[in-house]
Amino acid sequence: MKTNTHFAFFDEGSKKEIRRAILKAVAIPGYQVPFASREMPIARGWGTGGLQITLSIIGKQDVLKVIDQGADESVNAVSIKKLVQATTGVELTERTGESSIIQSRHRIPEIALTEGQILVLQVPMPEPLRQYEAKEYKTKILHSEEDYSGAWLMLFEQIMKYGKTATGADHPVYVNNRYVMAPSPIPRFDNPKMHQSEALILLGAGREKKIYAVPPYTDVASLAFDDYPFTVESFKGKHCHLCGATNVFMDELIDHLNGETIYQCNDTSYCLERLNMDEEVEAEGEYV
Amino acid sequence: MGYVAVKGGTKAIEASIERLKYERLKDEEILEVNTILATMKAMIDQVMSESSLYSPYLAALAIKQAEGSMEEAVFLMRAHRSTLPRLYYSQTVEAESMLVERRISASFKDIPGGQLLGATRDYTHRLLDFQLIDEDQSDNEQWLRDYKDKLAATRAQNEVQYFPKVVDYLREEGLFEKYEKNNTDPDDITKQSLQFPASRSAKLQVLTRGQTGAVTSLGYASLRGYGQVHPNVGEVRVGNLPIYVAHPNEMEQDEENEFYIGEIRVTEVESFVPVTVKNEQNESELEFEIGYGICYGQNETKAIAMSILDQCLEHPEAEFPTHDEEFVLLHIDSVESTGFISHLKLPHYVTFQSKLDSVRQVKGGDKDEN
Repeated sequence: MKTNTHFAFFDEGSKKEIRRAILKAVAIPGYQVPFASREMPIARGWGTGGLQITLSIIGKQDVLKVIDQGADESVNAVSIKKLVQATTGVELTERTGESSIIQSRHRIPEIALTEGQILVLQVPMPEPLRQYEAKEYKTKILHSEEDYSGAWLMLFEQIMKYGKTATGADHPVYVNNRYVMAPSPIPRFDNPKMHQSEALILLGAGREKKIYAVPPYTDVASLAFDDYPFTVESFKGKHCHLCGATNVFMDELIDHLNGETIYQCNDTSYCLERLNMDEEVEAEGEYV
Repeated sequence: MGYVAVKGGTKAIEASIERLKYERLKDEEILEVNTILATMKAMIDQVMSESSLYSPYLAALAIKQAEGSMEEAVFLMRAHRSTLPRLYYSQTVEAESMLVERRISASFKDIPGGQLLGATRDYTHRLLDFQLIDEDQSDNEQWLRDYKDKLAATRAQNEVQYFPKVVDYLREEGLFEKYEKNNTDPDDITKQSLQFPASRSAKLQVLTRGQTGAVTSLGYASLRGYGQVHPNVGEVRVGNLPIYVAHPNEMEQDEENEFYIGEIRVTEVESFVPVTVKNEQNESELEFEIGYGICYGQNETKAIAMSILDQCLEHPEAEFPTHDEEFVLLHIDSVESTGFISHLKLPHYVTFQSKLDSVRQVKGGDKDEN
């Protein structure tokens, strides 16, 4: 009754099936490819879509980084890393630049990704039109007819109500001038990083059984009107209290000592690398 | 030297998993897998059914590991299922070939072959049995001996008897429409994700894998007026079905050459549902349709509820959520629903920060910025 785990958990037949879905997704940027999502040893909604992509494409030479809402040390990121490493033995890293596969939940790293790297995003709700059309049967038709009036109306209604668009994360994007796509709940701050990305971006929704992709060097535009342009989260005048970075996405924290609001890089590995760099410069300076 | 990030996650997880093990071991009792196999059959049946994996032994192991949590045991089994290569599809199973242990009809007193009650809790009083606290193995052995003696006194038939289907008898009378058998290969929802409108084979698969409680609730809702299906149970049968596979490389399909690979115990239900149809003169007539339910093991409530939902989904025009295939089929899976509900415990700092920014911008009312 006892069985040994296969390399990367899946049987080879399952990996091939998932890779075929990935190839189709790359061939039709932004189009949601249905696939036979497998049940994983982690729960649905905890990154099973991303995990299935990672396990299907990973080889022994790969170097893996996993982040959860910007942090390498977040409990679920650690749990996913442990599972992949236990079944593959691949090298793990926290440095964005050293990794060949980055599985992420809701962030794109601050350091620009390069050719040859693959970003795998975990997606809870892959259907950008779901908010105003509950039925899959109908949203499929809307996509096929490129009927995105509902998505535009949603933005228009927000402007009518609030005087500006009020989307949070997961602001819908137009991919390759054809498909409207949910970029997964990355902050609006990260949307522009998808445009003409050098790295391949694969998006996996395990519970909703969809895989979609943004191939390298593909146009990705956030939905917006000419007179109400797309805006990202504002951290104007804020800097990271640890490394001093500006123009990055930040976590808002409360300083327990004085009760003031302080800011810190959300991308932990980016912050750490900057701190280490500063220290090296300082150390070198001392020997002059 | 360099900065080291605050490393909490890895250690915290390890400590948490250790604590989980401690909670399982601290009362210093060991439950044997074989004990679960012998004494928790209803739970094993339910776990196998919701996992879509027929293996009593593995289900018992999953129950032990999950400390009796249904959702966790099903989760373990489904994840294990993902590691297994899919080798064959079985030949079509004919339910008439079931070795019946229990078979009743609520529609006819006098069904051909007769009612066979078998083992059921339906006629017991649900009073806590305090004698079980001091159950004694030698008493049980004595009881079993007496029971076997009583059995020996009844004369068994020499022939294996197969029971005809109750519905066949009504078909003869023209009360049910006779359908051509649909022998096209079924869609396999574990190899291709559900597409809408879903084929009946796909719908039945999702229903039979559904969480017992969820399937029961929606079936019940249909009875209470949130659906239009109020069935009569035509037949409930529980027993074993033999499973055969054809040789994968033989072109010649001959029943003689099929391989028997074992049997599965199932509950099968056929519900009779009155529907209005138009005859050739365009007059309204009443006819019966069949709602079909089947699941692993003995789980009659689930199979009956499934038969109600099967009929509901065959009539999507009704204005009720129980007749809406996307509503029913996408929300009854145990692994999917429990997973997504529990994911709300994951940190949502980035997404919340993003929404916070939006709310502040709107509240701040800097409407002239754009």
